[in-house]
Amino acid sequence: MEIPYTTEIRKDTGLYNAKVGIWLFLASEVMLFGALFSAYILLRVGAPDGYWPHGWLTVWLGTLNTLVLITSSITTVMAWASLKMKNFGSFKFYHAVTLCCAVMFLCIKSYEWRDEFIHNEVTLKEGAFKEGTIADGHLIKQTADTITLEGRIVKDRKDLFNLSTPFFGHPKQEEIEIKRSDIVKMSNYGPAHHDYNALYFTLTGLHALHVIGGACVIFYLWAFGRKMWETDPERFTNRVEVSGLFWHFVDLVWIFLFPVLYLL
Amino acid sequence: MQAHAIPHTGVHAEEHHEDAGFWRTYIFSTDHKVIGIQYGITALSFLLLGFCLMLMMRWQIAHPSVPIPIVGPLLEKVLGSVASQGKMSPDLYNSFGAMHGTIMVFLAIVPLAFAAFGNYVVPLMIGAPDMAFPRVNMASYQSYVMGGVVMLVSFFIPGGAAQAGWTSYSPLATSIASNGQTFWLIGMVLLITSSLLGAVNFIATIIQLRAPGMTWMRMPFFVWSQFVTAFLLLLAFPPLEAASIMQLMDKVVHTSFFLPTGLAVGTLQGISGGGSPLLWQHLFWFLGHPEVYVLILPAMGIVAEVIANNTRKPIWGYKSLVYSALTIGFLSFIVWAHHMYMTGMGIRIATFFQTTTMIISIPSVIILTCMFLSLWGGSIRFNTPMLFVMAFLPMFGIGGLTGLPLGFNFSDLHLHDTYYVIAHFHYVVAPGTIFALFAGIYYWFPKMTGRMMNEFWGRIHFWLSLICMNLIFQPMFAQGMAGMIRRMSDGGANYTAAHNASLGMNVIGGLSETLMKLHVFILWAAVGLGLAQIPFIINFFWSIKHGKPAGSDNPWQATTLEWQTPTPPPHGNFAKAPIVYRGPYEYSVPGHATDFTPQNEPDNA
Amino acid sequence: MSDQPHSESHDNVAHHVRRYLLVFVALICGTILTVWASYIRFPTREINIAVALVIASCKAFLVAGFFMHLVSEKKMIYGILGFTAFFFIGLMGLTIWSMGDFPLFTITH
Repeated sequence: MEIPYTTEIRKDTGLYNAKVGIWLFLASEVMLFGALFSAYILLRVGAPDGYWPHGWLTVWLGTLNTLVLITSSITTVMAWASLKMKNFGSFKFYHAVTLCCAVMFLCIKSYEWRDEFIHNEVTLKEGAFKEGTIADGHLIKQTADTITLEGRIVKDRKDLFNLSTPFFGHPKQEEIEIKRSDIVKMSNYGPAHHDYNALYFTLTGLHALHVIGGACVIFYLWAFGRKMWETDPERFTNRVEVSGLFWHFVDLVWIFLFPVLYLL
Repeated sequence: MQAHAIPHTGVHAEEHHEDAGFWRTYIFSTDHKVIGIQYGITALSFLLLGFCLMLMMRWQIAHPSVPIPIVGPLLEKVLGSVASQGKMSPDLYNSFGAMHGTIMVFLAIVPLAFAAFGNYVVPLMIGAPDMAFPRVNMASYQSYVMGGVVMLVSFFIPGGAAQAGWTSYSPLATSIASNGQTFWLIGMVLLITSSLLGAVNFIATIIQLRAPGMTWMRMPFFVWSQFVTAFLLLLAFPPLEAASIMQLMDKVVHTSFFLPTGLAVGTLQGISGGGSPLLWQHLFWFLGHPEVYVLILPAMGIVAEVIANNTRKPIWGYKSLVYSALTIGFLSFIVWAHHMYMTGMGIRIATFFQTTTMIISIPSVIILTCMFLSLWGGSIRFNTPMLFVMAFLPMFGIGGLTGLPLGFNFSDLHLHDTYYVIAHFHYVVAPGTIFALFAGIYYWFPKMTGRMMNEFWGRIHFWLSLICMNLIFQPMFAQGMAGMIRRMSDGGANYTAAHNASLGMNVIGGLSETLMKLHVFILWAAVGLGLAQIPFIINFFWSIKHGKPAGSDNPWQATTLEWQTPTPPPHGNFAKAPIVYRGPYEYSVPGHATDFTPQNEPDNA
Repeated sequence: MSDQPHSESHDNVAHHVRRYLLVFVALICGTILTVWASYIRFPTREINIAVALVIASCKAFLVAGFFMHLVSEKKMIYGILGFTAFFFIGLMGLTIWSMGDFPLFTITH
């Protein structure tokens, strides 16, 4: 006996099996990201006043990524609609765009991540610089005795937190050359730097893993789909629909991630 | 006794089925029955391992710093300095303790109760040819095995396995300077993935693949209990997965999700701080509480099936059972902080959780009551499965009732983290769930193999297990109420009145000699319990080939669909979908020729 | 939408294509709006947060409702998601409440 309702709809539920399956899976994903968001809320509310960062991320890059994912969302649904209208060529076009968007998203994300890792906070010895004891900026040069940051020096660590960063990021700041012997402590803006960074990397990292996973599945259907399209078009259309649902969920998560991490 | 009126629903031997070879048939199978048995054997092996860990721990508790007999030298050889001279060091005790809990809960009971029995029986019971997603099913088993391997490997890395309890509280969990915790977290992610995939499969299967005529209210209660269990796993596990990822980040990348500012382990730690240890506890127990209902619901399902079959009458209160199971599932998500009464919560929130905890005891009692009432007026057959299931009822009763003082905030102040808690949950899981699982094994064994397990040795297994389990856990209630705390690697020796007196201290509430002597008593009871499993293990394997032949496809004369197939059911289970005409427990229907009416027997004119 | 057992009529899906395009435009606008609103200095930061979350929720509703076809989905799916939403709110709400409700004079910030 074959497994029923893989393509045809079961009358009392009105659904085929994979659709039930994917929505169940997405429900569990809602709880997964929900737990991370609740962690974000708790850690942010519990942070001492003035020590939760604002303006640490480049808003225009995040906005671009948002637009990229939204585009991929509509091309995903159009790819499915094309199959419903029996147009395989159209499907191939739309999902090609989806995959390009996915790659673009990941490239921008990688750039942003790298940016965090070259952004450093350096605690300086007293008296090394008259402006203060904390240097903060991007590492642009290293030699045996010195490091060069493009950034600024502040007196109070609190000044590093509440930044009013313009949409296109900070204008170029001054270059500061620091002798290694003047460094007390140096750390980059990786996950260990602050809970905000920890959440940023964990949330966007987990999201990126889902982008990669979704893109892999869509790529597989895009590249190798013709055979199933020709033998069992309904089943193939359903597979495209189900993978599309996953992709839309990935977009949904980003719709909340973007304001939470970049704007608030 | 073969009922000839029922259409034979199995697939004929002549029907086309490729010979798939050893690997695809037994190792990389997508057939739910094979996967169910794979889960079963693996889970039972882990159950035995978890038991052995406990035995060694009980030796240490009863005879602190005395070399463990028989296995001591082996432990030293395999694990090195933590077991030097065959003695269990405190670190080793802690890692055995953490792994005993982890292995029993996540590697033994859940895979056995949910995945093994569920996979084998549920598709058959609803008249389906397989699970909705067979390849996902295979993937979930493989993920489980990988998780198990990672957990096992952790024993042998430098520093050994995780040591911070199965609850893995931060900051302790990430402060211990070895990699056992990292392995534990990776193992947990793999196990959670396995459970999530399984849960999706179960729910989709039950929703979509019920045979014609199998309405929701005609499903056997076992299927309902698996359905609710799957929902618990689906929605409660992901927060723990998120938390595990965060704790893994804390350990490996040195984030401070759960590490507070100013944390010092010897010296001040160079971390960013700002984290919350309470956050871990909330996310852990958000799973942890539904998890215990995951442990008990499948067992209750098995109990219902075996009682109905062996009383030859319908279960009392089918609708109540179903609605209670659904209510338990729903409420279990909003009671979790009763594990956290001692964390300094305010009164209002503590009262909220106390209230929901008390409310959730009601459906549990309803279920137990329905089972008890089902016995009334029954024509009871006292075979081995029935013995286990009848013992389940009072044992679960004890376990459940002893949970009440823990659910109340004020009494929990005294009992939290004592041996009382250990006794409570072991009563529910050991002579509770595990007894139901034993019953399930004895009950469904003839469907899987065509042979019966030996009745005599089954009874020996039953009586010895029942007696020993009570001897092990009853004294722990007394120890707990007297103040004996959990997880003490010396068995509490440092807290005895005598020890403190010898140091010139007069400590109120020091543990008495009598209480300490109970440790030795418990140790021997545990050894007895271990010995009691030997006939079971031999019986299990011997009966596969040499047990008394079942004589028919339905040796228990049961009504549910899994008994209306050939033995063992072939690939695809049914030649075509069976048609279901009635509910699951039509026993002793007046006027019927036999005292059972299978669900798919057509109505006669 | 996806409830028809076999082939959708071309017109039916074609009609929906127009809807998708409208949603796409709305999402782009929503994105621009949310970025612009984040630069407005409201009296309190909480208002910024509220505005951003409201816009995000509207965008999410559009994606879920139209791209994922939830507006015309079956009861079973609504049921699954309904339970999920309840437990999600429970997780967030009860955890936040518990952190905020503690005995007097025990936490000082």
